[in-house]
Amino acid sequence: MKADLGLYEYLPWNARPSIKWPNGAKVAFWVAPNIEYYEIDPPVNPLRTPWGRPVPDVVGYAERDHGNRVGHWRMMEVMDRYGVRGSISLSVALLDHHPEIIEACKERNWEFFSHGIYNTRYSYAMTEVQEQAIITDSIENVKKHTGQMIAGYLAPALTHTERTMDLLAKNGILYTCDLFIDDQPFPVNVKEGKFISIPYSLEMNDIIVYNGSMVPPRRYADMLKANFDRLRADGAKNGTVMCIPLHAYAVAQGHRLAAFDDALKYITGHDDVWVATGREIAEYYYEHYYDEYVQAIKDFKKKNPARS
Amino acid sequence: MARPPIEQKEVAGASIPDSYLQYPHRSYGMDHDRYDWSLLVRRKPVKWPNNARVALWVNVAFEFFPLDTPAKPFKALGGMVTSYPDLRHFSLRDYGNRVGIFRVMDALDAAGINKATAAFNSKVAQRYPYLVDQVNAKGWEVMAYGVDMAKLLYTGLPADQEQAIIKESISTLREISGQPVKGWWSPARSESWDTPDYIAAEGIEYFCDWINDDMPYPFRTKSGEIVAMPHQHWIDDAMVWVHYKHQEQDFVDQVKDQFDLMYNEAGSQGGRVMAITIHPWMSGQPHRIKYLEDALNYVGKHKDVWVATGSEIMQEWKKQQ
Repeated sequence: MKADLGLYEYLPWNARPSIKWPNGAKVAFWVAPNIEYYEIDPPVNPLRTPWGRPVPDVVGYAERDHGNRVGHWRMMEVMDRYGVRGSISLSVALLDHHPEIIEACKERNWEFFSHGIYNTRYSYAMTEVQEQAIITDSIENVKKHTGQMIAGYLAPALTHTERTMDLLAKNGILYTCDLFIDDQPFPVNVKEGKFISIPYSLEMNDIIVYNGSMVPPRRYADMLKANFDRLRADGAKNGTVMCIPLHAYAVAQGHRLAAFDDALKYITGHDDVWVATGREIAEYYYEHYYDEYVQAIKDFKKKNPARS
Repeated sequence: MARPPIEQKEVAGASIPDSYLQYPHRSYGMDHDRYDWSLLVRRKPVKWPNNARVALWVNVAFEFFPLDTPAKPFKALGGMVTSYPDLRHFSLRDYGNRVGIFRVMDALDAAGINKATAAFNSKVAQRYPYLVDQVNAKGWEVMAYGVDMAKLLYTGLPADQEQAIIKESISTLREISGQPVKGWWSPARSESWDTPDYIAAEGIEYFCDWINDDMPYPFRTKSGEIVAMPHQHWIDDAMVWVHYKHQEQDFVDQVKDQFDLMYNEAGSQGGRVMAITIHPWMSGQPHRIKYLEDALNYVGKHKDVWVATGSEIMQEWKKQQ
């Protein structure tokens, strides 16, 4: 084990180039619904137990199944109402299990990226060949079912190895959602090629808020608005990214959907917001800022070398 | 409860077999055979009596938490906390059966909700048959809710013990209430792989452990299909106030938001079921009852609400399938 994987360089907020989003937008705003499949009886993993109760964990499994059977449609319709296309963090096996959901997202021109095969299969301790197999499976099956090349990756259940980022870059994937270092895209150090991190906020993630922090729904709407207000204010100087990572099984429960609707209405009601997708943000950054940031990192390092 | 704890384990030396990358159930539909994959939005709309939009299914939980509850395989919400004898939690829970329930009954009456479903641990019916008489006098339905809150059903419990618990619960409640007892709710919604088969074998026709839908749906057992009924588990009073530790008004807001969504959705997609589950040991406290009253008054005084028991909803739904 290592103390740090050295995935990124230090470039503090007040010493970096200024990002301008298209049409003078202050915030690039994207919504990333996780569309997941959790297996009822997954294989044993030596490093993580999938369910809190003996299988079948009826509450845990059924809670998540509600997202696919009931919640997804509700969430999708709220996003339709405010013209927000989803960037889907997909359990790739869902292409096989629930193609009706995939079709509805394709009709809306939503984007698909990989969140592993099932959210009950973890990457820890995998060999390079094994982890590559998951990435290959993701690229090939998303392509086959949707025609899209995945641009992003959120590791299944946020489980990684030391070489995850290298493999993603090597496979032509553009960005990771797994680093929570910044409010802007940022270059990620990989063995070959270019790679970036895009902000995917755990703090705004509905599961973290609802099931981790146990926040009541209307308070979640307040949090989303506060997050937006500040990123918009700061974005006047240097463009920021706001992400709402979602799970239909949390946000689209009947007692919670109104709060999401309220927040989305508020955010998209501003005209200095770029409502975008993960790929759009990544491509814009690569085209306009990647090189400038790489240079800025070098310059900063030279002026501010680490001390021993 | 909703998120399993994430452990920190030693990665060095751990390895993943290649079989871990095989996915035997990766195909259309579910990864088990109990029910079919079905999008709620694509189903045939259901019409409730008098064109009601929402079938309101109030469940009242009559629970007994034994002092000697084992924490195996886990504790039900509300279970004992301190070393034996945990008189403080034991007595707080039994408060519901002595005092709280009567405030809850009054609140339902005042909101015009003239009917509920009483989920009885059979032990409560034995200890306090008076409560069964009260429920019968009100015309409520009795639903089986295990033996007590310590006897959980789970994989690992020997099959004969699980079957004995199920039989004891159902037969005791049938005898004491004189009702047919067609509904089942597993304490803590905990089941083994076989629980649905065992309850169906005892003549249970519907159950409400699976919280994956907002409408009834068919569920396969070895004794034929039974009906999985929706339960909006997350707005159950004990979930809101004990599990989530939300404030009093948050319960009211969540019930209202849930109801409004169901009510609106029913306008375009057909009838919906809204289940409100009440624990008298929680809602029946003097400082909390007002919030239950507010929630019930909001829901109960809406037009186009069909106040029904579990069996009534099940039967009406079945007729239209």
